[in-house]
This record gives sequence, C-alpha cells and structure tokens, in this order.
Amino acid sequence: MAFEDYYKTLGIKKDASPQDIKNAFRKLARKYHPDLNPDDKQANMKFQQINLANEVLGDPDKKRKYDKYGEGWEHGEEREKAQQQYSRQSYGGGQSYSSNFGGMDEDFLSQMFGGAAGRGGKVKYKGQDLSSELHVSLAEAFTTHQQTININGKAVRITIPAGIENGHKIKLKGYGGEGANGGPAGDLFITFVMADDPHYKRMGSDLYVTAEVDLYTAVLGGEITVDTLGGKIKLKVKPETQNGAKVRLKEKGYPVHKSEGNFGDLFVTYNIKIPVNLTDKEKELFTELAQLR
Amino acid sequence: MTKGQLIPATTFCLHHEIEISFIDALYDHGLIEVIRVEENVFISEDQVGTLEQFVRLYYDLEINLEGIEAITHLLERLKEKQDELLRLKNQLRMQRD
Repeated sequence: MAFEDYYKTLGIKKDASPQDIKNAFRKLARKYHPDLNPDDKQANMKFQQINLANEVLGDPDKKRKYDKYGEGWEHGEEREKAQQQYSRQSYGGGQSYSSNFGGMDEDFLSQMFGGAAGRGGKVKYKGQDLSSELHVSLAEAFTTHQQTININGKAVRITIPAGIENGHKIKLKGYGGEGANGGPAGDLFITFVMADDPHYKRMGSDLYVTAEVDLYTAVLGGEITVDTLGGKIKLKVKPETQNGAKVRLKEKGYPVHKSEGNFGDLFVTYNIKIPVNLTDKEKELFTELAQLR
Repeated sequence: MTKGQLIPATTFCLHHEIEISFIDALYDHGLIEVIRVEENVFISEDQVGTLEQFVRLYYDLEINLEGIEAITHLLERLKEKQDELLRLKNQLRMQRD
C-alpha cells in the first residue's frame, strides 16, 4: 500500500496542535461518517482513511513515531534498535536480535488497534457497511417468504417481504465489516434484483398480462380462464370484444409492499386468435357472413 | 409504534455509557418514541438501530439535537427521493421493453 500522509488526509499542517487535529477530524467525520452517507462507498472509504489518520495523529505516542519515521513508522523503533544491535554485532557484540523482533511486532499491532480518547475513554466506530445482491423472481416475491442465504460462511435466514421491487434494499444489522475499538459491526445491505417475467409486466403494484381469446368467444361472448400469480381466475368476455381490449381486475395484481392484504390491479389485454386452416365449410360460412355485412 | 420487544432505557444507556437524559431529550424533540410504564421508560426493539445512530451523531460527531433533527429529516427525504428514482427507473425500463 502506498504511504499515506495523514496530515494531508486531515488537511492540517505538520505543526497542528492536538486541538487542531481534533477539530479537523470532527469536521471531516461529520462530512464522511457512514451514518450521514448511506450507501456511499466512497464516503465510507474516505471515513476509514480519516479515522486511521486521527488514530495516529490523535495519539501523542503514535504521532511522535509517525513524525520521526514517516513511512513504516509502526516498525521504525524496531528497525532502529535492530540496526543498532547489528552494528554492535558487527563490532563483536554477541546477542541475536531475531527473536526479539517477532515479539515486538505483536505489541505494535495490539497498539495499533488499542485505544483512543473519547466517550467512555474510547471512540468506538461502526464497521464498514457491505452490500450484496439477491436475485428474486416475480413469482417468488408475490408472497412474504423466508430464504436462507450464505454470508461469509454463515447461513442467515432472511424474510423477503411480498411486493418488493427491483432495486429495493433491506438491511441486515451487524452483518457488515467488523467495528473498530470495540464498535458495532457494520450492516449488510441486500439489493433485490428482479428479472423481467415472460408473462407478466409489472408497474408498481399493477400487473399486465395478455390473454388469448378465440374468435367465437370474442364475437359471441363467453368465459375464459386467466392465469394469475395468485391462481387461475374465470373471466367473463363480453360479446363483440375487440382485439387489444383491456379489462381491469381490481386487487388481483401484485401485493403492495409493506401493506399486508393490499394488492394492485391486474390489467388483462385480450389477444383475439383468428382461426387458421379453415375447412371449405368454414370458408363458405365466413363468406356468407361477410356478404351479410 | 411498531411491534417489537421492549428494552428498558436504562439498560440501553448503561450499555452505551450515556445519560438517560439523552433519551428524554430525543423524545422531547420527537425523534424517538418511548413507552412509559409508571416510572420506567422503555424503547421498542425496532428503534434501537435509529437510537444507536443518534448516539453516534451526538457523542462521536458532536452534533447537537437540532442538527440531528435536520439530518434525520434530510435523510428521510433522501430515502423518499431514492425510492421515487427507483420506481421511475423501473417504469422507464418497462416502457423500453
């Protein structure tokens, strides 16, 4: 990873006072905090950077090391000690420094994730919010149902509410990235992706479907059966129904999201089928009909 | 108020190391709903996420209650606009098909 200038990240000068550092951090945190920038990955990343910069520059000991060693400041002291020991060894000093080196790293790592001042002595930061997609069909989202999904190796049962739309999001609290300084884990946002359905078109909670009607039912009237997502329904066709005519079936459409028991409407467009492969007798009768008009 | 388990406000405050007066102040500003049973104040489980967000804004970012009120209002409007945009995108997609 490229060396990051924490002073630049916080937009302050190297001689900034602890109060200046604190003020700069607060100002930027208010701008980029994940609570104030929902679903904004760039803001989240920026917040992590300023948080890291504040953890270093806001801690006098870390700041001193950072100012002294710059890049690789976390291990600067060890490096310096190792160099000193190496030079002593070169002049006949006896002690090995390799085992010493390993232990120090752990100390530094624990220091890195140690503490910072703030509410209750420590500022706790929520982990990063993560996002994922879940593909759901129109038929699946017709009813509220539960689905088990795998999140980082954990099986999580989620409830998919009836009537969700393509692009809708739900939040799974605490399933995001781990928090810092004992803060809560971030959230996982699941976006529902709904593919187009081959039979139904959806506009909000209204559904649109095409039903085929034979010529004789269209002319003389009758009854047809229409498939809906809620099951088959019988529909009366008025005599002299025209091709492309639409009927509206109230509350036979799609469930209204977060409004249990409420449904949109179903719009049925009639597609009148003209008979093909006519027999001689049928042709004769159609000709007779045509002459009557 | 939506259904959900009730959590004593004192438990929430102890866990987050905050004063109970903060909950009262949020309630007075109309930012949360609470249930009072005799002397005890309870919070609905559904509101815990929002309340935690308010705690972070107030204590970590030092945003006062008026600021939190304004932010909450703007975030709600942002959510409404995002939903509207989503609906329109879906309608446009349908009309293109």
